[in-house]
Amino acid sequence: MSRVIVDPVTRIEGHLRIEAEVDGGVVKDAWSSSTMFRGIELILKGRDPRDAWAFAQRICGVCTTVHAIASIRAVENAIGSAPPPNVRLLRNLIIGAQCVQDHVVHFYHLHALDWVDIVSALSADPAKTSSLAQSISDWPLSSPTYFAGVRDRVKAFVERGQLGPFANAYWGHPAYRLPPEANLMAVAHYLEALDWQREFIKLHAVLGGKNPHLQSFLVGGMSTPIDPNSQSALNAGTIAELKQLVARARDFVVRVYIPDLLAIAGFYKDWAGHGKGVGNYLAYGEYPDDDTASPALFIPGGIIRGRDISKTETFDAAKVTEYISHSWYDYQQGDAVSLHPFKGETSPNYTGPTPPYERLDTDKKYSWLKSPRYADEPMEVGPLARMLVAYVSGQPRVKELVDGVLKALNVGPEALFSTLGRVAARGIETQLLAEKMDAWVDGLAANMEAGDFRIHDTSKWDPSSWPAEAMGAGFHEAPRGALAHWVNIGNGLIQNYQCVVPSTWNAGPRDAKGRRGPYEEALIGTPVADAERPIEILRTVHSFDPCMACGVHVVDARGRQITDVRVS
Amino acid sequence: MRNQRDWLAAELERRGVTRREFMGFCAAMASALALPDAAAAQIARAIQKTEKPVLVWLEFQDCAGNTESFLRASRPTAAEVILDTLSIDYHETIMAAAGHQAEANLARTVKERPGGYIAVVEGSIPTGANGAYCTIGGRSALDIAREVCGQAMATIAIGTCASFGGIPAAGPNPTGALGVSAAVPGVKNLINLSACPANVENLTALLVHFLTFKRWPDLDHYRRPLFAYGKSIHDGCERRAHYDAGQYVEEWGDAGHRAGYCLYKMGCKGPVAFQNCPHIKWNGGTNWPIGCGHPCIGCSEPNFWDTMTPFYQHLPGVPGFGAASNIDTIGLIAVTGVGAAFAGHGLIQIMKRVGEDAEPVTPKTEEGGQQ
Ligand code: SF4
Repeated sequence: MSRVIVDPVTRIEGHLRIEAEVDGGVVKDAWSSSTMFRGIELILKGRDPRDAWAFAQRICGVCTTVHAIASIRAVENAIGSAPPPNVRLLRNLIIGAQCVQDHVVHFYHLHALDWVDIVSALSADPAKTSSLAQSISDWPLSSPTYFAGVRDRVKAFVERGQLGPFANAYWGHPAYRLPPEANLMAVAHYLEALDWQREFIKLHAVLGGKNPHLQSFLVGGMSTPIDPNSQSALNAGTIAELKQLVARARDFVVRVYIPDLLAIAGFYKDWAGHGKGVGNYLAYGEYPDDDTASPALFIPGGIIRGRDISKTETFDAAKVTEYISHSWYDYQQGDAVSLHPFKGETSPNYTGPTPPYERLDTDKKYSWLKSPRYADEPMEVGPLARMLVAYVSGQPRVKELVDGVLKALNVGPEALFSTLGRVAARGIETQLLAEKMDAWVDGLAANMEAGDFRIHDTSKWDPSSWPAEAMGAGFHEAPRGALAHWVNIGNGLIQNYQCVVPSTWNAGPRDAKGRRGPYEEALIGTPVADAERPIEILRTVHSFDPCMACGVHVVDARGRQITDVRVS
Repeated sequence: MRNQRDWLAAELERRGVTRREFMGFCAAMASALALPDAAAAQIARAIQKTEKPVLVWLEFQDCAGNTESFLRASRPTAAEVILDTLSIDYHETIMAAAGHQAEANLARTVKERPGGYIAVVEGSIPTGANGAYCTIGGRSALDIAREVCGQAMATIAIGTCASFGGIPAAGPNPTGALGVSAAVPGVKNLINLSACPANVENLTALLVHFLTFKRWPDLDHYRRPLFAYGKSIHDGCERRAHYDAGQYVEEWGDAGHRAGYCLYKMGCKGPVAFQNCPHIKWNGGTNWPIGCGHPCIGCSEPNFWDTMTPFYQHLPGVPGFGAASNIDTIGLIAVTGVGAAFAGHGLIQIMKRVGEDAEPVTPKTEEGGQQ
């Protein structure tokens, strides 16, 4: 038995550390720790609820819209604000673009290097890469000359002797299985995707002033005026620009991302047998289709328990609670209870080792994340949860896309409960949204044509229009999963603010009953061929797309803890 | 370090960037840096001859927003080249290595190139709980910053968190968060590129200046480059004519809002915020917050989370803001004025914090600076 520590887990947002017990080349137990705390919930106390979105938005600079949306919805829910229809369309477009951009960036820039060996790409035959690329897609950038150019560029880069961000990775690890030609294709698309995301995210600048950290949100609406006769407002020119950005994004997703995903997954089908996780899935649902108080959702919400895909349960917000028994916090009633966010407490109390440290005391408290539970059970959230719930609920396009992918990979639905399943679900969702966004642009155009320029419920802007005491919750499906903010307002100011975020659901530590969180559970049984280079741990952790702001660390740089590593 | 000479020229050629485009980029940089036209040639000469500069990018109490901003570099093409072809030896969000291999990259750079790399710091540095509010590889952010920034040729604090403490340092500052200058006093050649997040175009221009002249550009008293922070948002704002004419947005979505009237009454902090947003805008010049009908929140200023909030309450009507005003007088008036306006929101606490935090960011306590 040896302890493998990955710290920092790189290519994620935030600080995350993984400690794993490895025995006989397999992970027997695992602990997930978030090693950074800022206290934004505490900073929000006593402030104007209309400002909360801007503070909350800074929880994350990668998913730069999601906390703003959840915050705005929570405050609107509390004060009874009802934004007009244009707001739903603008927000759907912003949320959808966030998800599409984020998923593509995750696939190519944060996850691909776990599956793609850049060094191997140097020995690829560009002609063969070209025929491979052309056999899976009609994307125009696929000539032998093009791939030769990419290979030479990477070669020049390597020969210059400064590998920069690519230095010291697991290149040559036997777990890499793609032929050089597929590696070269993926490297080319890594670079293309870097350019693609810069261009596509201009959609956020058009609708939000800038990215990251858009600045057009308002409690009760959006700040972006609509007026076909004004240069200072969204007009016909904006609609044309949006249509173009959406069309180009869809093109890349359908002709590059999806074919790459299927091609790469084909070489790693055994990963449908790893990374199972807790087997419970939670989705709040997203993309309201109408402006009623409980609108129909384009992607439905619900619960799946125990991998039973014969039915979904309806989500009940009262059943969300958080434990802190293994987290560096105190609750007034002690460590054994779990609290609903409306009664939530954030009282940091660090009891871990004083840095610099080699090991966390994983029997006690070991993370800055709390342990959220639904009906007292751990839940996985994210694209897989969403696509499973939508699939079981019979969302027609999701059903079609999921069945298509299962068929292409020649696997059954049970393959979805896995590391590979998470990667596939993310791709399916990206395509679903990339196809849908055009309809939201059309909706905006139609409203504009009909003369509906409303963007704000001004009746609820002034705090004097609010009840003296109010409570609200804002639910949102962030790219990484179910996100909610809970706010208590009194005398026009925030009295309590609690966020339960996707990475807390997925990356949280054990609860009072000793039950593992989804990362921890998913790592059990993961093969580790070389404990010094635990690429397999990264594969499963990255499949969740961790969003902690930088970190899972396996093994400390100074003072190695691994002894007696048996490599099987 | 082989084949270093003229790497940029070769890189430009490889990427199909013509000489003309490259010179256009250099001219744009000269203009962004407020240098005379003749400087373009000097910039071109210098950055073609320079060695591939080594950068290590540290992330502490951050949200990765500045990293994301960095990844959005899009204009002009040569700027991407410059950024892409830096040797970024350490950057948790994008680097391929993980765990101890990742930490080894950082250790190697610090050991092998003392005084030969640029440190970029994103996020604030917590001082509470013995550093346990932010650890990487078991080490505290403060410990890492001392070592890495202490041996860097220069340090860029990117974003308001690294510059001044930012959001983690907002009241009541639960973790004792500080900016780099306050947490690690005496860091050599420190520059603050504040804003939440910083605009990548300013980072590009800053690096170009450094590569060309081997020193930072002129700084303001918060150690921010004057080329980017020398004028207020208000001075360059496209809605300024409406401000001067007294035409204000009164309600979200009203006729004035649709016509692009001034956002002062809706809470705009443009008159007391110093940055070049109106000039360079965001995401390749696509747009900026005021262009989207939203007031400026003053994100480039120290303690803006406390001094500029509530965001939608307008500034007290202080006459005399204009192109001739400078930040020293305006900043003082604004902080005092805003504080007085928000007396019900913990004025004493805010004023105290402003007083305490203002000290460490002034250059006089630091060595180095412009060489
Ligand atoms: S107050 Fe704001 S919107 Fe008005 S002119 Fe000044 S910067 Fe522009």
